[in-house]
Amino acid sequence: MLELTRISSAYGAVEVLKEISFTLAAGEILGVMGRNGAGKTTILKTIMGLIPKRRGSLKIAAEEISHLPPHAVPARGIAYVPQGRRLFSELTVAENLRMGLLVNNAPQSDAEPVLDLFPILRERLAQAAGTLSGGEQQMLAVARALCTKPKVLLLDEPSEGLFPAVTHRILDTVAQLRQSGVAILLVEQQVKSALRICDRILLIENGVIQHEAKASELAANPVPLERYIGVHR
Amino acid sequence: MITGPALLLALMEGAVGAAVLALTALGLSLVFGVMRVINIAHGEFVMLGAIIVWWCSAELLGAHPALGFLLALVMAPVVVGLIAMAADWLVLRRINYDPERTIVATMGLLYVIQQSVLMTYGPDARPIEPPVYFRIQLPWFGYSGYKLIVIALALLLLGITWLILSKSRIGLYMRATRLDAETAQAFGVPVRRVYASVFALGAMLAAVSGVLIAPIQQAHYLMGADPLLLSFIVVIVGGLGNLRGTLLAAALIGIGEGMIAVLFSPTLAKMIATLLVALVLIARPGGLMRESAP
Ligand SMILES: Nc1ncnc2c1ncn2[C@@H]1O[C@H](COP(=O)(O)OP(=O)(O)OP(=O)(O)O)[C@@H](O)[C@H]1O
Ligand SMILES: [Mg+2]
Repeated sequence: MLELTRISSAYGAVEVLKEISFTLAAGEILGVMGRNGAGKTTILKTIMGLIPKRRGSLKIAAEEISHLPPHAVPARGIAYVPQGRRLFSELTVAENLRMGLLVNNAPQSDAEPVLDLFPILRERLAQAAGTLSGGEQQMLAVARALCTKPKVLLLDEPSEGLFPAVTHRILDTVAQLRQSGVAILLVEQQVKSALRICDRILLIENGVIQHEAKASELAANPVPLERYIGVHR
Repeated sequence: MITGPALLLALMEGAVGAAVLALTALGLSLVFGVMRVINIAHGEFVMLGAIIVWWCSAELLGAHPALGFLLALVMAPVVVGLIAMAADWLVLRRINYDPERTIVATMGLLYVIQQSVLMTYGPDARPIEPPVYFRIQLPWFGYSGYKLIVIALALLLLGITWLILSKSRIGLYMRATRLDAETAQAFGVPVRRVYASVFALGAMLAAVSGVLIAPIQQAHYLMGADPLLLSFIVVIVGGLGNLRGTLLAAALIGIGEGMIAVLFSPTLAKMIATLLVALVLIARPGGLMRESAP
């Protein structure tokens, strides 16, 4: 579904990603882990076209999209849940969802199935997004992305700053999406959550994929986890 | 001694000033809020609006003043909007909307526009006939019907702008871009096109207010300075980029300035307005209606 081949990208003169290659299949959940500053967010932003690519190829459903301007990327079927949620805080919940719907000129009614996943948002539609609780804001960030009807969903640390119970609920909802064939790229710092819901995991350091393994392999042998993110358990 | 009728007259003059100021300041505020561009040339768009009324007016076309005025009301926003889009394309976009460099660039734009008008229109201040001549007769004094039309038209245009911003797709995109341009892009918003539209919309609002004040003042190539200064005061007092605050501040400052100018002197009015900015900046650095960081 999503295919990166030797992608490099840079902030100005500083090259951050160096020749990243991986593929993501429909219905698969691929985890991305690494220490702070390893380049996880940069991978997602590069896919969205928000950071210019230096070299390499990026394909979605076999279509090359590395040359597209950033605003043309979401309509190709890639949706983004940014780190720190980045809601349009002064816009209402309904307007935030509309930002997702407009990617495909979808009618308001297309938000209904998404609201069924997060019913609490239905009660908050007229409220400014910035006034929601942390958990509700993260649900809205996911819902806003789902309103674009993505083939590929990029999630950057959705559990950051939330209670485990809330994280659990959000991640389970996200994991359900794989049944409808959505491919998911998940940056997740909590080892337990990552191992629970991901199929495969990429371990990143200094903008390079250092290690790639099935989640079950990492659960059985956590040495690479210790090495690249410094945790055991 | 200030009498009741004098107060009423001052209040009405203030309301006219406030209505026109609200249009100009809303344009400046939109451009700053969405693009982070401090547009020093904003007053020149007001001036262009007034000059276009003169070109469209009776002297040139030999038509009824009302006809020329209506024509200008359509032509000014179109012409000035196009000029603004060209400036966005040729200048602002090339310097990547960098907040500091755009100050210098729009200052350059100010001189280019001023000198072009000086070379074509000339240095004279020319009076412009109001499109209508009726007077509203109150028990104490008669009042220009045209000024009441100005208030009505300004309110109508503010209403339309508000509707565009709050209901339309482009309005939603403008507000989203103001809050977070990068995330807006990740939701398909062509941010550069939004910037061009915002810059054009801001200029159109200024141009229309120039059309409205032309028959009250005169058309002159240096007339942009006053609206620029007052708009800046309004935008600062209202909270940078805060549209609701801008409208509130325009009403307060416009009416206050108009009243002091009528009852005492225009110079005193400007002094008090400028002093007010200083006070607001000391007491409420975020502006009167602070709802979020700018
Ligand atoms: N806007 C920027 N300009 C220059 N360098 C940046 C910028 N953003 C990030 N970087 C650098 O790029 C590298 C990767 O940053 P990135 O945000 O991708 O890390 P991350 O893995 O997401 O970290 P975290 O876990 O803290 O979110 C870091 O060294 C960082 O300093
Ligand atoms: Mg990050």
